[in-house]
Parts: sequence; structure tokens; C-alpha cells
Amino acid sequence: MPAAVEFRSVSRHFGPASAPIKAVDGVDLTIAEGAFFAMLGPSGSGKTTCLRLISGFESPTAGEICIFGENVSNTPPHLRNVNTVFQDYALFPHMNVRDNVAYGLMVKGMARAQRYAKAEEMLALVHLDAYGSRKPGQLSGGQRQRVALARALVNEPKVLLLDEPLGALDLKLREAMQDELKSLQQRLGITFVFVTHDQHEALSMADSLAVFNEGKIAQIGTPAEIYAQPKTRFVADFVGSSNVLPPALTQSLGGPAKWSSLRPETLHIDPAGALSGIVTSLRYLGSGHRIALTTQGQDIAAILPSGTTLPEPGQEIRLGFSPEALHIMVDP
Amino acid sequence: MLPHQRQEPPAGVFQKEQLQEGRTVTAILPAKSIADRLTALFWRKPKLLLALLITPPLLWLGVIYLGSLAALLLQSFYSIDEFSGMVVREFTLKTYGELLRPQNYDIILRTLTMSAAVTIGSVILAFPIAYYAARYAKGRWKAIFYLGIMLPLWSSYLVKVYAWKLILAKEGILTWAATQTHTNFLLDAALALPGIGGNSLSTSYIGMFLVFTYVWLPFMILPMQAALERVPTSMLEASQDLGATSSQTFRTVIVPLALPGIIAGSIFTFSLTMGDYIIPQIVGNSANFIGMAVYQLQGTAGNTPLAAAFAVIPIVIMLIYLSLAKRAGAFDAL
Repeated sequence: MPAAVEFRSVSRHFGPASAPIKAVDGVDLTIAEGAFFAMLGPSGSGKTTCLRLISGFESPTAGEICIFGENVSNTPPHLRNVNTVFQDYALFPHMNVRDNVAYGLMVKGMARAQRYAKAEEMLALVHLDAYGSRKPGQLSGGQRQRVALARALVNEPKVLLLDEPLGALDLKLREAMQDELKSLQQRLGITFVFVTHDQHEALSMADSLAVFNEGKIAQIGTPAEIYAQPKTRFVADFVGSSNVLPPALTQSLGGPAKWSSLRPETLHIDPAGALSGIVTSLRYLGSGHRIALTTQGQDIAAILPSGTTLPEPGQEIRLGFSPEALHIMVDP
Repeated sequence: MLPHQRQEPPAGVFQKEQLQEGRTVTAILPAKSIADRLTALFWRKPKLLLALLITPPLLWLGVIYLGSLAALLLQSFYSIDEFSGMVVREFTLKTYGELLRPQNYDIILRTLTMSAAVTIGSVILAFPIAYYAARYAKGRWKAIFYLGIMLPLWSSYLVKVYAWKLILAKEGILTWAATQTHTNFLLDAALALPGIGGNSLSTSYIGMFLVFTYVWLPFMILPMQAALERVPTSMLEASQDLGATSSQTFRTVIVPLALPGIIAGSIFTFSLTMGDYIIPQIVGNSANFIGMAVYQLQGTAGNTPLAAAFAVIPIVIMLIYLSLAKRAGAFDAL
């Protein structure tokens, strides 16, 4: 069975050929059918360009892109069986919600009664049954997001692309939408590909993800793999802001002379611990405390659960961790 | 710093006596000036400032602009005494009745047709230019675009119209160019068209249409470009993404979203053409237009009421036009 989306050494360069800006640089990527796939990375890392390469708003400078085995590198967006939920939702302000959702069917020439019935069905799917006659301007941010979702799903795409889908929503709504997107994806069985710069979002929603850095994929894997076994310093630092330890420090903690990562939440106060340092600051997180300390000129963060007796800034403390928490990076 | 090291302060800086160890320190503030008191007053009562700022322009708009418009409206309900030629200051609809006389009715119809044609012509010409400027022109090209659009507006209107008369004349550059390229037959065919043709371009309605369109085009391009600029690229991408072809995107997304700009532009081109009295005098077959009629009636003929009645027509037509546009949903995207 062909993969839902496949990139074969795809590059997208901008600017003059002599000094190109390599937005996407030799990316190989396979997204399985039915996956909830996240593209994670800081801004300018090439993740959005990759999404636009799938939707067809960008065409590759080199390499090829296949959707369900079909090479679509030169297919215009309106002929691809993928749909996008745009970051700003891009709802048409002059049409009501029903016409917005039915738009994809209207341009295909479906009769009015039929396409309205389908649109209502989609609106029910996103719990907006009663909102068909409203204008997008009369909806809240979360409701607009749902309309954008319904509008993209009405065409029954094989792959749904979501560009920073939750970026514009407030925290509470974002969490509710995360659950909803996840259950929607499971019910419909469509491949979802979404772009985000929020590692929590990527880790909690995706069943596999790619971490982007400077136009290249730094690591692909399941959230657990990426979180627990970061391949590079960049991944360790970007996903969950891990402590990245230089070879000397790793060695002093009993590891080999290689770069390693140590998750803040794996550390705990232990008078016999291997790591000692001076506390520089304390920060309350709600669920616990984040303490920062310096050891051998290196800043280390530890997250202590609430209830722990907290040290004072300036105090020297020792931290312990289980041996498997120290992850040696293969490819720093 | 110790007290004995402190320099003597300049006069006026300390309101209270010099500071000493262990004494209460009072706030060090300079005396309030009138300007300070005024800004404080405006800060406490922001509406007062607004009222002060807006009253002069409101008076200007109310008295000079709307007042004269009301006077015009009033004039149109007077009539002229046919024997003495004096204005009779009594309310009557007689003057409006005169507008329905065939020669006056023709003027209205002719002006209306020309205005509509000029507006449609401007929309067709302006759209690609405005679209290019809004979507593709960046940096220097945008500056060049603005300059190109605005430059003709900076030169004298009369000079431009006379220049066009020469361009369109029988001995003018257009005829010459047509002869050189052996496309005379096209020009002749256009001039042979019944109604709008004529002896030469400069004495035909076609010529007048060209000059009007040239003169008012910037007033169509600029609002159109502003409206198109407000359409986010993602809107066009969303349309494509959902399966629309370019022409479907154009019809169902771009045009409706640009419509407020098109309407704004057409208000300019339509009303400017309706009121103009110079171009019909210089270019064309000296057929009368509303602007010319107003000019003649209130000047040489001294029939101010009829001139006023003529002048009310463009206002009424614009009001009808706008209410129709509103009903058709032209402003829904605003």
C-alpha cells in the first residue's frame, strides 16, 4: 500500500540560484495512511513550506512529492485531493457559514440542495449545526476554526493539512480543540498532517512527528521516541527543553565522553546524587517548581513535584537521577 | 552622597526648603504652567478636546458644503418668470417638469449613458492594473506604479484635454499611426458606427469616451487597488485549495471582495462624468451634457432654478445607484 504522502529528496529554494535560501533542503519523508502526523520546528525551519509543498502552493526545486503513490510535483492545488485548514482560517467574509462550507462542492458544480445538505452534515460534525446562516464575522475564534475544518473536510480529502491550527486560540479552547481534532481524525480515518511550533501540541496529538531544523528533518519518530531519545542537541533542546550536557559533564556523571541529554523532570533532590550545583533561581509552575542551578559552568534545570522541600537560591544541592534517564546522543 | 557634599541647587527646582538628614522629603515638582493645566484638563475630559478639534471642520462641512447644497435644492423649487426673466421665489414643481421636455430629457439621457459607459470602461481598464499593483508590485515597482497613476493628475486638466483633442484630431497622431500601420479601415469602421461615430475621433462620442476614461481612470484604480490589497492571499489559496479554477476564484472570491472598491471608484468616475462641462465642450460634436447645461443656464441664460434642477439629477442618480448597490450586497464584505 502506498504511503499517504511521500517526499523523495525534496528541496525548495528561494532567491537567486547563486545564493539560494534553502527553505527545504533534501527532505525524505514518508507519512503512513491514517496517521496523525506533526511537523514540528521553530519558525523558519521549513515546516510550513513542506506543508505548502503538499498542498501545491509551492513546487519543489528538486525531488518529487507523491500523494498515495501518484507524483503530484507538477499538479496545481485545485487538482490535488488534499485540503488545508489555514492558519488565519481564510473564511470568505462575504459568504455565510453554510456557503463557506459548501464552497468546495459549489465549484465542482453540485446542485444547491445537495451541497447544502452535505454542508449541514459537516457543520453537525463540528458541532455548529445552528450556525449555517451566520457570517464568519459573527463567530468566535474557536467557531471559525471549526468552520474552516468543516469546509476543508466537505471535499472528503485523502489528506487534511492543518497550518498551526490552534495557534490563534486561547489555552482552554486549545486543549478542547486538541481532543476534538484527535477524535475527529480517529472517526474519519483521514491522514492528518499538521504544522506547529508548540512541542506540547505535537507530542500530545501526533502519533508520529518530524522535527525540522534549518530546512532539514532533524529526527522522525513517535512522540515517545523523540522525547526520550533525542538524536541531536537541537531536538533535545527544542522538544521539552531538555538539559543538554557536554561530553565532559556526561563523563563526570558516569557516561561516555559524548553529548547527552537529561530531562528536567527526571532529576530529584538526593544528598547522595551525582550532580551537584548552586541554585540560581526558583520558578513556580503550578504543578511543581522549576529550579535552575549551575554546575561546572553549565546551567541545569530540574522540575521538582510540589511537596518537595525547596532549596534556597545560592544553596549548594545534589541531584540524583536513574541511570537510564541520561540519554547519550548518537548524532550531536 | 553626604549632605555637605551636595551642590547648591539651582533656584526653583526645590519647592520646599533644602533637604536635611532626618526630615520629611516633599515631592520635587516644578510649578504648573498654563499648558500643563490645559493638558491635564483634556486628559480628564477627552471629549472636550475632541469637540474642540472637530467643531471647525464640522462647521465648514455643515455651513459651506451642506448649506450650499440645501440652497441649491431650494433654488430648484423656484421658477423663472418667462416675461421678465426674474426668479419667482415661490415653491413649485414646474422647473422639474421642464426637465421632462424632450431637449432637456435628451441631455439627461445622454449624460447618463456616457457616465455609465465611462464607468464600465474604467472598471475594465483599471482592474488588471489595480490587481497587479495590489498583488505583485513590491518596493520600487509599487512606487513607480503610484507615480504612474498620480502623475497625470498633477498636470493641468485643461492641458490634458486639449492634448487629447490634438491626438484625436483628423490630422492627429492616431490617424497618422493608423495610416502608417495600414489600419485605417479599423478607424473608419469605428467612426462609421451610427450614433457614436463622426467625422473624426475628436468630434465623436467615441473620442469623448476616450478622454473621459483617460481623465478619470486614476480615481477608479486607487480605491480598487486599496480594496484588492485588503484581500489576504490565504483567501485566494483557500479557494484554489477547495478546488476552484482561476476563473471561479475570480468570480466568487476576488470580485465580491473587491466590490466595495469598485463601487467607490465608480462613484468617482460616474459623478465626475455627470458633472463635467469642459470635456463635452472641447471634444465631441457639441451635443449638450448636464454640466454644460448647468453652466449655460446659470450663466448666460440666467435661469438659476432650472440649472439647480439639472444639478440635482446627478445627486439623485448617485443615491439610487448606491442604494441599489447596497441591496445587491456590494458592501457585505466591508
